[in-house]
Amino acid sequence: MTDFSHSLALIVAEEVLTVVGLVLLLASAWLGDKASRGISIVAVAALVACAFLAAPTLAGGLMGPDRLAFGGQYIGDAFSAFAKILIYVSAAVTLIFAPNFLNRFVVNGQGAMRAEFPVLVLFAVVGMNLMVSAGDFMTLYIGLELNSLSAYVLAAFLRTDERSAEAGLKYFVLGALASGIILFGMSLTYGFAGSTDFMAVRGAMAGELATGAIFGLVFVLAGLAFKISAVPFHMWTPDVYEGAPTPVTTFFATAPKVAALALTMRVALGAFGGAVDAWQQIVIFVALASIIVGALGAIGQSNIKRLLAFSSINNIGFLLIGLAAATEQGAAAMLVYLFIYVFMSIAGFAVILMLRDVDGNPVEAIADLAGLSSVRPAMAWALLAVMFSLAGIPPLFGFYGKFVVFQAAVDADMIALAAIGIAASVIGAFYYIKVVKIAFFDEPSGRIVPETGPISHKIVLLVACLIISPLGYLLGPWLGGLTEKAAASLFLIG
Amino acid sequence: MIQTITFYLFSALVIASACFVIMARNPVHSVLWLILAFFNAAALMVLVGAEFIAMLLVIVYVGAVAVLFLFVVMMLDIDFSELRAGFIKNAPLGALIALVLFVELFVGLVAWNAGGVTLGTPDGTSAAVEGASNIQSIGALLYGKYLFLFEAAGVILLVAMVGAIVLTLRHRPNPRSQNIAKQVSRRPEDATINTRPEVGAGVKL
Repeated sequence: MTDFSHSLALIVAEEVLTVVGLVLLLASAWLGDKASRGISIVAVAALVACAFLAAPTLAGGLMGPDRLAFGGQYIGDAFSAFAKILIYVSAAVTLIFAPNFLNRFVVNGQGAMRAEFPVLVLFAVVGMNLMVSAGDFMTLYIGLELNSLSAYVLAAFLRTDERSAEAGLKYFVLGALASGIILFGMSLTYGFAGSTDFMAVRGAMAGELATGAIFGLVFVLAGLAFKISAVPFHMWTPDVYEGAPTPVTTFFATAPKVAALALTMRVALGAFGGAVDAWQQIVIFVALASIIVGALGAIGQSNIKRLLAFSSINNIGFLLIGLAAATEQGAAAMLVYLFIYVFMSIAGFAVILMLRDVDGNPVEAIADLAGLSSVRPAMAWALLAVMFSLAGIPPLFGFYGKFVVFQAAVDADMIALAAIGIAASVIGAFYYIKVVKIAFFDEPSGRIVPETGPISHKIVLLVACLIISPLGYLLGPWLGGLTEKAAASLFLIG
Repeated sequence: MIQTITFYLFSALVIASACFVIMARNPVHSVLWLILAFFNAAALMVLVGAEFIAMLLVIVYVGAVAVLFLFVVMMLDIDFSELRAGFIKNAPLGALIALVLFVELFVGLVAWNAGGVTLGTPDGTSAAVEGASNIQSIGALLYGKYLFLFEAAGVILLVAMVGAIVLTLRHRPNPRSQNIAKQVSRRPEDATINTRPEVGAGVKL
């Protein structure tokens, strides 16, 4: 019984989020869509509260058998706490962005913001929490499905908009395919390992693997690569990012990426941690392919959301270099990169959300950004910070993320991998700098009006820009300490 | 001995009814053959001692899926007058399938009482719990060890439901729903008029 109450105490964040989600669902049923703003505020408060619940676990670097709940199905360690805090921040930012954007679309005489939006985001967060805390293949799958089902609905949320409906449908069909691939891999792994528990799988899948077990491993990794949109499973990303409402795209670019990547780390380094040789070359290929395809694909894009989609593919490649190292240092470097990447994405999408064209519509075409610096200089400078940071140009914090990842690869004797990655990041720099050139040096397009966004957007943008600015280096030692603790807990066996 | 006989009986019937599913001209007959195949598969499950799966097969596949198939088949463009005309002709077939199911029920019960068929050599990892039925074992796992995942799966179903409603529910400005108060408060003189029209002139409303 004490074991059960200990388990319930460990999953307190999930309990809080689920209960708040259910209560808000009832509130949305009775109060209707006019209460959506209040419901969003309560949901953000719940997310902030959960972030404070996760903070002691992270700061204390929770280790040992105390971190396991329900016989190892759920792991509430420092690693999951780090990922969860990033997820809470991303979800809260999405909820701050959403009402303003969605209410510009009028459906049947009322704004498109519905009271169910925050509820779906909360349930998606519960699913992502299960993903990052998974200690068992079944927890992995249930968390993944909970997150994905909410995400499909969020992508199609502007149901009267053709592109949004298309994004939802595409995401759903391809996501279901990926789930099927993961399930197939899981069943093969279970067949060969005799258990779905990560630690039991680790024990069973060490040394020389049977062909079937390798098939299982490859299918699981392929399905996960789909969820993190790594090449060659990236095709859905640009369409979904372009079609989904921009706040939802912000969400997709941040929270599910963090969750799926943390899950990939747990599976690769935990469950398949004894079979590094079997997956290392797959991860190296996927990392390099993502970097190169992400960089080359972005060059021809004319829509800023599509450009950021390719940029996310590109960044996933750099993150996977840390995974390919398969060391504790590599895992810590990935967490540092993830932290910076989340704030770069939030800042980038905040800029897009705050721009309006002369018709009052959201600005999406890159050509419309021409001469942004003369119309809205603050936005232009923020965009510059985001683009230079994404490109990894030194004074900005984005450079630090790339630096630690490459250092981890070099320390793991993967100098060739690091060298190719650095060379490919130069290709990426081309299109980032092109956006800056259009915003600063081209003739003003006259499409953008000097209308400022709401104060909540400004605060989010300011905080995100401060973190990615050179001031972010002040966070470096603190971030390094936390990520080291988190990575150490990930490598804990038993 | 009896197990072997019943095993071959049920297996042969599964294969035979599966063949009839694809060979029957009439789609309704195909579905009936499919139901027979499901029943025989369930009987095979009973033989190996997996009575829970047998029940699932009957309840889920026969009870829900096959009936759904039957509905879909009935929506197809089938000449129903032709089907009805053949009722007397088909009645013996229906009665025959019913009889076979009935006999199987008895044979299955007798075989089950005689003990399960041993499949391969068990290595002990998936051995049945002593003194507990399948349903008890599954229940103990589902509501004990995997309670957390079971509850989380419930949340997934809730999200699916909420999502379906969010994406499809439309509040129409003038729904044509019944307004009982309005109907009850309507008086006869509002609804009827008495006129005395000229012969051949018709009524103007």
